[in-house]
Amino acid sequence: MRLDEAEVHARVDDILDAHEGLEGPLLPILHAVQDAFGHVPLDSLPRIAARLNLSRAEVHGVMSFYHDFRTRPHGRHVLKLCRAEACQAMGGDRLAEATQARLGIGWHQTTADGGVTLEPVFCLGLCACAPAALVDGRVVGRVDEARLERILEEVRA
Amino acid sequence: MKDFILPDDRDFGTPRSRATETVTLEIDGFPVTVPAGTSVMRAAAEAGISVPKLCASDNLDAFGSCRLCLVEIEGRAGTPASCTTPVTPGMKVRTQTPKLKQLRRGVMELYISDHPLDCLTCAANGDCELQDMAGAVGLRDVRYEAVENHFTPRNAGGDLNPQWMAKDESNPYFTYDPSKCIVCSRCVRACEEVQGTFALTIEGRGFDSRVSAGMASDSFLTSDCVSCGACVQACPTATLQEKSIIEIGTPERAVVTTCAYCGVGCSFKAEMRGDELVRMVPYKGGKANRGHSCVKGRFAYGYAAHKDRILKPMVRESIHDPWQEVTWDEALGFAARRLKAIQEKHGRQSVGVITSSRCTNEETYLVQKLTRAVFRNNNTDTCARVCHSPTGYGLGQTFGTSAGTQDFDSVEAADVVMVIGANPTDGHPVFASRLKKRLRKGAKLIVVDPRRIDLVKSPHIAAAHHLALRPGTNVAVVTAMAHVIVTEGLVDEKFVRERCDWDEFQDFAEFAADPRHAPEAIESLTGVPAAELRAAARLYATGGNAAIYYGLGVTEHSQGSTTVIGIANLAMLTGNIGRPGVGVNPLRGQNNVQGSCDMGSFPHELPGYRHVKSDAAREVFERLWGVEIDPEPGLRIPNMLDAAVEGTFKGLYCQGEDILQSDPDTRHVAAGLAAMECVIVHDLFLNETANYAHVFLPGSSFLEKDGTFTNAERRINRVRKVMAPKNGFADWEVTQMLANALGAGWGYTHPSQIMDEIAATTPSFAGVSYERLEEAGSIQWPCNEEHPLGTPLMHVEGFVRGRGKLIRTEYVATDEKTGPRFPLLLTTGRILSQYNVGAQTRRTANSVWHPEDVLEIHPHDAEVRGVAEGDWVRLASRAGETTLRARLTDRVSPGVVYTTFHHPTTQANVITTDFSDWATNCPEYKVTAVQVAPSNGPSDWQEDYRAQAELARRILPAAE
Repeated sequence: MRLDEAEVHARVDDILDAHEGLEGPLLPILHAVQDAFGHVPLDSLPRIAARLNLSRAEVHGVMSFYHDFRTRPHGRHVLKLCRAEACQAMGGDRLAEATQARLGIGWHQTTADGGVTLEPVFCLGLCACAPAALVDGRVVGRVDEARLERILEEVRA
Repeated sequence: MKDFILPDDRDFGTPRSRATETVTLEIDGFPVTVPAGTSVMRAAAEAGISVPKLCASDNLDAFGSCRLCLVEIEGRAGTPASCTTPVTPGMKVRTQTPKLKQLRRGVMELYISDHPLDCLTCAANGDCELQDMAGAVGLRDVRYEAVENHFTPRNAGGDLNPQWMAKDESNPYFTYDPSKCIVCSRCVRACEEVQGTFALTIEGRGFDSRVSAGMASDSFLTSDCVSCGACVQACPTATLQEKSIIEIGTPERAVVTTCAYCGVGCSFKAEMRGDELVRMVPYKGGKANRGHSCVKGRFAYGYAAHKDRILKPMVRESIHDPWQEVTWDEALGFAARRLKAIQEKHGRQSVGVITSSRCTNEETYLVQKLTRAVFRNNNTDTCARVCHSPTGYGLGQTFGTSAGTQDFDSVEAADVVMVIGANPTDGHPVFASRLKKRLRKGAKLIVVDPRRIDLVKSPHIAAAHHLALRPGTNVAVVTAMAHVIVTEGLVDEKFVRERCDWDEFQDFAEFAADPRHAPEAIESLTGVPAAELRAAARLYATGGNAAIYYGLGVTEHSQGSTTVIGIANLAMLTGNIGRPGVGVNPLRGQNNVQGSCDMGSFPHELPGYRHVKSDAAREVFERLWGVEIDPEPGLRIPNMLDAAVEGTFKGLYCQGEDILQSDPDTRHVAAGLAAMECVIVHDLFLNETANYAHVFLPGSSFLEKDGTFTNAERRINRVRKVMAPKNGFADWEVTQMLANALGAGWGYTHPSQIMDEIAATTPSFAGVSYERLEEAGSIQWPCNEEHPLGTPLMHVEGFVRGRGKLIRTEYVATDEKTGPRFPLLLTTGRILSQYNVGAQTRRTANSVWHPEDVLEIHPHDAEVRGVAEGDWVRLASRAGETTLRARLTDRVSPGVVYTTFHHPTTQANVITTDFSDWATNCPEYKVTAVQVAPSNGPSDWQEDYRAQAELARRILPAAE
């Protein structure tokens, strides 16, 4: 779905108005824009920059620093698998391979039907229950084959 | 250290501390005393010890990211970075220990593990700090083999390497090669801290970190980058590299010289290989620019070797004939015969000269000497007539000298800066960067300009007040500010009593206090909200050190001189004169427009601003030159043209100025030139004026001659010859040959002799000589017995004229008024990448940024005329019409349109009228009543002009 430029501008302007006067406003604004569009449209960056009297390079620099700010919309569901040490020690690699094979996509990709986006994540703080995953913001521990199956069923529904 | 690095041009790693108290410490056993706040790295550098570094540079704040400059400090744990560690008394620092050596090697190994080892074929070979540091730390092997890297297009398996990025070659002057980048952030910091554009950033993080111009969709060309070159200069590797270095190789020597573009007068190192100019790099020792540059001085020098440059003298019987290449003797003989014949037939006053604000002081001096001593009249004028002549008049009347009061360093001490009718980010970019740096540190800005110029709001700076006045109402606004200052009790009475004439002040105060000058009373006239004007006046009067910088938006009006006086009044009323951070500063347009005025280019003034009617002044020259000097002022440029049309003025020697394109009312200029019998154009190119010339004498570029330029801060800078003149002779030699062909018998063999003559005849230059310039680097006049080291700040103890003179500034509306036929007001200006008539910059790659002049028009005015973005429009005034493309923007207010005059095909000056300043005849470029209408293409005038120019430029080769 292509977003209408005028609509993006109008909604971004509303967000900028709502954050007027806030100290350290850039991150809250980027969050609000991502919440509104599911990602941060490229068009919005110069607008944010102009309002905050920053350059668009600076806004791009901040946004690109954080992996969770997206330049494109993600799928209807987001599945994040932990790639950190504890989870790797508990079979995280195998889990990752199986998930990629079952979904037919690589990291940062979205299935052709727009259903699922697969992301790596580094430590969910759930090392005691490794390997861990995050399904649409909900943590799932001890992901074995059966759990993976249930997760995939859920996100493909 | 490279041979082409000048010995006094070392990098100390971190900026100089301005503290006055000092700290003594010990570095590697040597005692060192430095100002408090100095970094350990800089202290070591001042002791002659260079601590290895990659991310540090002394024009940038310490960053502490490269981890190469680690040192050990007695009593402290660990190995702090020397760049971010300030010195403390008694500190004992070791810069070279076994532990440090091992750490530095380890850091270098990591850098090199992700860097290509193609040094031999790399453009930075021999000029690479990464290479130097690898050598400095003794790197002998690299233990790590990168699994992933940034520098191979394909990985070991032959697949495309997703981490590799192609070179960005979009900028015409430099390339960005991500594969060589070590992410030291020097470029990003230079763009932010030095240039103040914030066009660059580091995108991503960790291993994915990259330098990015603009945002993801941008290249260097489409980003906010203004191509100042600061990032290229900052880059320690070949990541950001001049294309000229890639093509030619590294230079073998550097010569310090002065830029020949604007009045900032930046010092550059011309880096040479043989007689080929490899690159121009801003010189840190330059006191005007402090190591910074803009796209023109840094990169746009290619015109000097452009194929359009004419290298052989040419003559023709009539302007309808093709040019004939001839020898120098033939050309000079032809010119001398014609000039003599004209003077014999039409009298002594029938010929004259126009001096150049682009040539050196010495050359200008000779040209005015030619008319005064050889032609025996005072018919000399210069392009300052059309730019800053009101500055000369206004500041001369009020303060006693016709020049700015400060040096550029002064802006660092300003608390309030008022910019009037100037667009420094485009016209004086290096000063703008210095100003923006001060604004980011908290100084307040007032902008008085009909357009929303970049300074009004751009990343990290914003004007406190933008008074967007209607063109032509400067005097009303400035007088209203004086009204607020006088009526609200904001006058610095102590200053006025001590420094100014009290009776004149009381007269002025009575005038200014009149309610008709109140901001409320003039609001409908000027379009400036009264509350905003009052707030701006209060800020100027009470905000601390307040400085005024102004440009041609002040002078190029029918009341240009009045506005200059009004500005001087404001400074005197508030005591903002005579110390750092304050003052009245004209931003002079051309590299040597100050100098050309100083050198007696005006028809009523001998060098040093002494009136020709003064017997004493004439006598000085009469004794030296052995001729009698005409005591009557000569003709100004417009008078010359009028006299030509009338048939009494027949011969003109015009050096380095294109009056046809730059002067107002092009048709009248063309008619005047066409009526003359001998027009001698002395220039690099067949400029527009040359279409009406009979003799063309090829000029030399600033790279090809010795001399001096005087910048806007009265700073006399050396211009040094780095290559032989391509046309055979420096311009001063050509003028001398012409004079000698007329029987003058001059015998200068070096410009230093001309400077000696200037010093001997001109009191404010009495102490100037090439030897003194060599020692001091530069000198700000007056330089004489009283001020042997020159004068950075004027009027410190008292005004040059004695007491400051406050003068009434009555607003008189220009006769150029809008009406039903011409309802819009046109104002003109210029743009960063092009310079004036563009003769130079149009012949460089700078044209990628500005290929044609466009008309800025407010969307509302465009809509009612059915004009869309990019449409051809016809721009007409009562003087003429032209066509150009429209750009819709709210930078201009409704009712105002704006264009530049860089391109001869547009000829914006066909539109401008013959109104001019009441005191000095400076043309009213900034206000013309116009109408805008949709159009199909070029006007008849443009077509005719193009055809005439084509005919006039035919050249026949020399007879064999």
